Amino acid sequence: MAAPGSSPRDGTPERPGEGVMSPARHPSGEDEEVAAELPAAMMSLGRHHRGEEEEDEEEEEAVTSPACHPSEEEEAAAAVALPAAVTSPGCRRGAEEDVTAAGWRCRRKHVFVLSEAGKPIYSRHGNEEALAATMGVMMALVSFIQSGGNAIRAICSEDRTLVFEQRGPLLLVSVSRTRQTAAQLRRELAFVHEQILSLLTRGGIARVFARRRGYDLRRLLAGAEAVLDRLLSGAAADGRLLLGAARCLPLPAPLRRAVSAALRRAAASAVPAPALAVLAAGGRLVTAARQRALAEGGRLCASDLHLLLNLLGSGAGAGEVWTPVCLPRFNPDGYFYAYAAALGEEEDGGGGDSAVTLILLSTEREGFYAAAGCRRRLEETLRAQGCLGELGAAVRGGAGYGPARAGAPELRHFLYKPLEGPEEMQQLPQFTSPELEEPYASEEEQHRLFDLYHYLHSRVHSPHRPLRLLYHVAEKETLLAWVTSKFELYGCFSPLVTKAGAIGVLTKLLRWLKKEEDWLFIRYPPPYCAAPARPEGAESEG
Amino acid sequence: MGRDLGRHESFNESSLLQSAKPQLPMGMAQKATPGTSLEGIRPTYLYKVVLLGSTSVGKSSLAYRYVKNDFKESLPTVGCSFFTQTLNLEAGTVKFEIWDTAGQEKYHSVCHLYYRGAHAALLVYDITNKETLNRAKLWLRDLEKEFLPDEIVIALVGNKTDLAADREVATEEGEEFARTKGLLFMETSAKSNHHVNDIFMAIVSN
Repeated sequence: MAAPGSSPRDGTPERPGEGVMSPARHPSGEDEEVAAELPAAMMSLGRHHRGEEEEDEEEEEAVTSPACHPSEEEEAAAAVALPAAVTSPGCRRGAEEDVTAAGWRCRRKHVFVLSEAGKPIYSRHGNEEALAATMGVMMALVSFIQSGGNAIRAICSEDRTLVFEQRGPLLLVSVSRTRQTAAQLRRELAFVHEQILSLLTRGGIARVFARRRGYDLRRLLAGAEAVLDRLLSGAAADGRLLLGAARCLPLPAPLRRAVSAALRRAAASAVPAPALAVLAAGGRLVTAARQRALAEGGRLCASDLHLLLNLLGSGAGAGEVWTPVCLPRFNPDGYFYAYAAALGEEEDGGGGDSAVTLILLSTEREGFYAAAGCRRRLEETLRAQGCLGELGAAVRGGAGYGPARAGAPELRHFLYKPLEGPEEMQQLPQFTSPELEEPYASEEEQHRLFDLYHYLHSRVHSPHRPLRLLYHVAEKETLLAWVTSKFELYGCFSPLVTKAGAIGVLTKLLRWLKKEEDWLFIRYPPPYCAAPARPEGAESEG
Repeated sequence: MGRDLGRHESFNESSLLQSAKPQLPMGMAQKATPGTSLEGIRPTYLYKVVLLGSTSVGKSSLAYRYVKNDFKESLPTVGCSFFTQTLNLEAGTVKFEIWDTAGQEKYHSVCHLYYRGAHAALLVYDITNKETLNRAKLWLRDLEKEFLPDEIVIALVGNKTDLAADREVATEEGEEFARTKGLLFMETSAKSNHHVNDIFMAIVSN
C-alpha cells in the first residue's frame, strides 16, 4: 500500500480541465482558500435555515476532510489484498434519524439532492429539513468554484469520495465510503436524477424553478422519497446499475414462451395498444413486449425499464394503479401513462413480493379502461392455459437459483451479462446472477462483495487502460473479471482457488449458462403491431 | 367476492336501493346495467366513489381495508389506484368503483379525469394533523366547483382514530364543519377497522 499522498497515480481518472478537487494532490493556495472561505459562505446561506451554526461546522468537517488518500492501483492479474471495507451499523432509515449522531456520519453512503437556491429536496438518511444548513454548505462550495469559472466534480479524501453532479436546476451530491469510483457514483446520481425526472419530467422541473427560484420541490416530490430510497438500497447489492441491464426471473422456456405470446396478443388487441407491456415479479423481468413502432425506434433503455420497475414493480396489492410516468432516456420531457396491477389477485389472495405485476405504458391519458381490459384478457388467457397458477408457483417457490446450481463448488457468486444473442434480446439488455448465499447472507458482506464488483468493473472498463481479464485476490475471496465481445462475467471464488482453477470454473460456468440460456433469459422479447400505430411515441406533456 | 351481509344488518337495504336508483343520471360513462343471476333478475348498480385528501392521511388504507379487509403499511400512492368491490344485497348488486387518488398535487390533473361521474366523494383527513383538515376544506371547494350539490354525496372522514392519543382535531370540530357544509361525517380507523364499512355504506344509502 502506498502511503497517503505519496502515490502519483490515483484510482479516479483525472482528465485535464475536468476539475477533480483533491486538496492533497493540489497543495496550492487555491484549494486552501476554498477551505478557509467556506465557513463564511456557509453562514450566509445557513442563516435562513433553522440549523445551529456550531452543528454546521461539525458537519462541514465530516464531509470535507481535506486529506487525500489515493487508492492503490495494482497490476492486472496481480494478487493484491484489498483493505477491508469499512462497514456501517445496520440501522434503518428513518426521517427521525438524528443527523448530529455519529451513526449518521458513519453511513456507508449519503445522497443529497438540493435546488440551486440551496433548498433541500432529498436526503437518503435523516430528515432533509434538519440538513438544510449542511446542504447550504454544499451549494456554497459549488457556487464558489463556479464563480471562479470552474466546476467542482469530486473530492477524494482518505476514506470518502464526494461527488457533485449538477443537473439542470438540481444539484446531486454523493458522500460515499464504498469502493465505488467517482465515475460510478456519478452514474448512480444520474440514476437518482432520472428517477426524479420519471415523476416530474425535465420540463416540469425547469418550469417550476423558472417561476420561482426558491421553490420547494418537495411539494411536488412528496411521497417520492420512498421511491428514491428503494432505488438506492436496491442498487447497493445488485448488478442492475453496475451492468446497466435488467435482471431476469429464471423460468422454464415453454412457460415463458406461452406467457410472452399471451402478453403480446393481449397488448396488440387493446385499443389503444400500449406502447410497452412488461411482466415482472419482485423487480425481476418475466417478459416484456413492445409495439413494433417503438421497438424500431431503438433499444429500450435498461435504465428506463429499471426506473419503471422501481416505481411500479412492487406496488402490488394497491389496486390497479394509473399514473403519468416519464422515461427520461426515451424522452425526458414527455409523459407516458402507466398502468400497473397484480395478475391473478383472486387465486393468489396474498400478493406481496411474490405477486406478478403487469405494467402497461400507454400514450393516452384516458387509457385506463383499455389497459384494465388488456389485463383482464391476459388473465383469462393465462388462466385458460393454466399458466397463471404455474407462474405464481414459479415465483413463490424461490424464483432464483443458488450458485451451486452451475455445478462448481468453488464458485460463490457471479454476475453474467451476455452481449450477443438474437436481435430482440440485444434490445433488452439483461443479466443473471445467483441468489446471495453464505458467506454473503448478511447485508454487510453483500456490500463488501459489491464493493469488490464495483472495483473490478471500474478496472476492466477503465477509460485509460481497459482490461479483458482481471484476477484479483481479496482478503476473504478471489475474483475474476472476464470481458469479451460476447459477454461480461464477474466470478467470486473461495480464497483458495488458483488462477488456472478460476478460469477453469468460469469456462465450466459459461457452458452451463449457454445450456440454460432459455431458462435464464428472455431470448425473444416479442414485438407486436398495433392497429393504430403511434410512431411518435410519448405524447408531449401539455 | 360476496361480502358478508351480516355486517350490514343495521342498514335498510330496500331504502338503500330506492335512493341509489335515481342517483344514477343517464348519459354517464357508467350506467346502471341490470344484470341477471341465478335467482332471477337482480339489478346491478355501479357506484363510483373518489377518495380525496392530503398525502398519508390513509386514503389507500381505507380502500384496502374496505376491499380486502386487511391493513398494511403502504408506500404513498402514485397517480391513482382503482379498486372494485361488489356488494350483494337482497334486492340487487352494488358494484363499487373506488378511485383512490394520490395526495400529491402533481397527480391532480390525471386523477381529475376520473372524478367525472362520481356518485360520492370521501374527503379524508388525519385526526392527528390539523393541516390535513384545512386541505380537505380546499378539496371541498374544488368539488363544489365541479359538481352541483345534489349530484354527489360528500362525506368528511377523520381517519386514524387508533392514534387518538395524538389527536389534533377534536371530533366536534370535524362534525361542526361537516354540519355547516351539509356533509356526512364519520371518524374511522383503517388500522383497527373502525367504521370503515359503515362509511361506505353510509354514502351509498344517503
